[in-house]
Amino acid sequence: MEAREGGAFAAGYLTPRPALPDSGSGMLDKRMSVEEIVGRLKDGMTIGIGGWGARRKPMALIRAVVRSPLKDLAIVAYGGPDVGLLCAAGKVRRLVFGFVSLDVLPLDMHYRAARQAGAFECWELDEGMVQLGLRAAGMRVSFLPTRVGLASDVLRFNPWLRTVRSPYEDGEELVAMKALTLDAALLHVTEADQLGNSVILSPDPFFDDLFARAAEHTYLTCERLVPTSVVCGRERARYNAFERSCVTGVAEVPFGAHPTAGIPGYGIDIEHLAEYNAAVGDGFAGYRQKYIDLAGHAAYLESVGGAERLRAIRAPVF
Amino acid sequence: MAGSNYTLAELCIVAAAEAWRHDGEVLASGIGPVPRMAASLAKLTINPALLMTDAEAFLVAKPVPLGRRQDGYEPLIEGWMPYARTFELLWRGRRHAMVGPVQVDCYGQSNISVVGDYRRPKAALLGVRGFPGNTYHHPNSMFVPTHTTRAFVAGEVDMVGGIGYNPARWPRGVMPPWLDLRLIVTELCVMDFRGPAHQIRVRSLHPGTSFEQVQDNTGFPLAIAEGLGETPAPTPEALMVLREVIDPNNVRAGVFKGRSAGERRA
Repeated sequence: MEAREGGAFAAGYLTPRPALPDSGSGMLDKRMSVEEIVGRLKDGMTIGIGGWGARRKPMALIRAVVRSPLKDLAIVAYGGPDVGLLCAAGKVRRLVFGFVSLDVLPLDMHYRAARQAGAFECWELDEGMVQLGLRAAGMRVSFLPTRVGLASDVLRFNPWLRTVRSPYEDGEELVAMKALTLDAALLHVTEADQLGNSVILSPDPFFDDLFARAAEHTYLTCERLVPTSVVCGRERARYNAFERSCVTGVAEVPFGAHPTAGIPGYGIDIEHLAEYNAAVGDGFAGYRQKYIDLAGHAAYLESVGGAERLRAIRAPVF
Repeated sequence: MAGSNYTLAELCIVAAAEAWRHDGEVLASGIGPVPRMAASLAKLTINPALLMTDAEAFLVAKPVPLGRRQDGYEPLIEGWMPYARTFELLWRGRRHAMVGPVQVDCYGQSNISVVGDYRRPKAALLGVRGFPGNTYHHPNSMFVPTHTTRAFVAGEVDMVGGIGYNPARWPRGVMPPWLDLRLIVTELCVMDFRGPAHQIRVRSLHPGTSFEQVQDNTGFPLAIAEGLGETPAPTPEALMVLREVIDPNNVRAGVFKGRSAGERRA
């Protein structure tokens, strides 16, 4: 493979990082508020969102992004109502995705409206390509080879995608899935400590680890902020999907994934998602006023029926 | 044969289960109620070696019934299959999925992404999901309930997500060895890709339908299987397993609303 113009490291992979200030003798403290986290994001950034469909999405952070003046975002996601909300609020310049779905309700009407209006630049990829792009970014290589996409319209409609020929005997032509490097990743986990250690106790960690490694900065919300002695331990260490050195900030937001599922704890709020889905077009202003433009998370929880109601939402039966 | 003792949905599920008969130990993924019931039926009556999930993150040794389960129901979990691992498995080819595309063309190319112009679509649907990778790497079958020229389109589908046997898209004329489209089950018939050069071929007609009716509702010419016969009626055993074990809540009743008889000869 030939080095690209400017040399193999033109992308800055080996640029020495500036020395960090001495962290001193005190314990790391990465606690932040939701507003502080969103305050660190900038217009035009590429932002990855963890979770999958209507499951374990960092929705409290997404609502804060909707309230913020941020604009022109490139969003990378296994899309659910996170993508729909950002579309409805006009925040999305580019969407990098394999699908957008509310799981139990197959289609997200806000995404559909924006997609049909041609409101954003569309990087529609196979889900596996999204995974490989995040992995490549985490490995700091510019692409990973795959056969996924060959002979499909994914190559035709994403003309930036290139192919590469195997340098070995097979000489096979493969898709060079480009690294999807993120400025920031937003994830919702079950528990975390103030150092950024975390566990995801729901049945599927999805691709949150890849988002964390693909991002310059990863911000977590968690159901509970707990001491280090509680968050992990021998029994739960296998639920620790990525190391704390990936994490820049962590905020405690109980029910922070609502209306998506935060198993164990609460299922998908289908009733709420139906109301959200119906609030398309002119209806969005009312939805936004009722559920997004609120004083804080406590007000949000009250607006959706309170913690007791949310705790009673069972996991969907598939 | 006056009046059937099975419904059209039951006929389709039993016919679709045949897709996994000779697959051995692969992951059977049925996406949507009919494919899922078909995969479950295949595991319970035809090919017990199949791997199957609970439609979330676990491998289950016995298919999970659809809809509401009895209190205290616990699936018999035999492994873990989160999404990340599903891709690792499928890229090795050890999977056979049955999916429900919105459009299919004469090459077997399929679409669940958009209908209409790609940039300003008439209808935005899900997105390509895993179709490009699935179709490249492992066998795929389809269930298309509504057999019309809007589903089985002339020309190419509006967005080729699932790839197929279109020579124009294989410039060197070599198609990958793993591109393996198997069955298409619809409300009218069962089709496969065993016509000349993978032409879609009618393999059996559901009772009460004719080849002409199928052809009239398809946007491209179909081949005919030698000795084209009727889709076999479900056996009593298959019906019992389907009704009592897989779908006690009768989810299948909602599949073909208002046109439910499996035997449609008047």
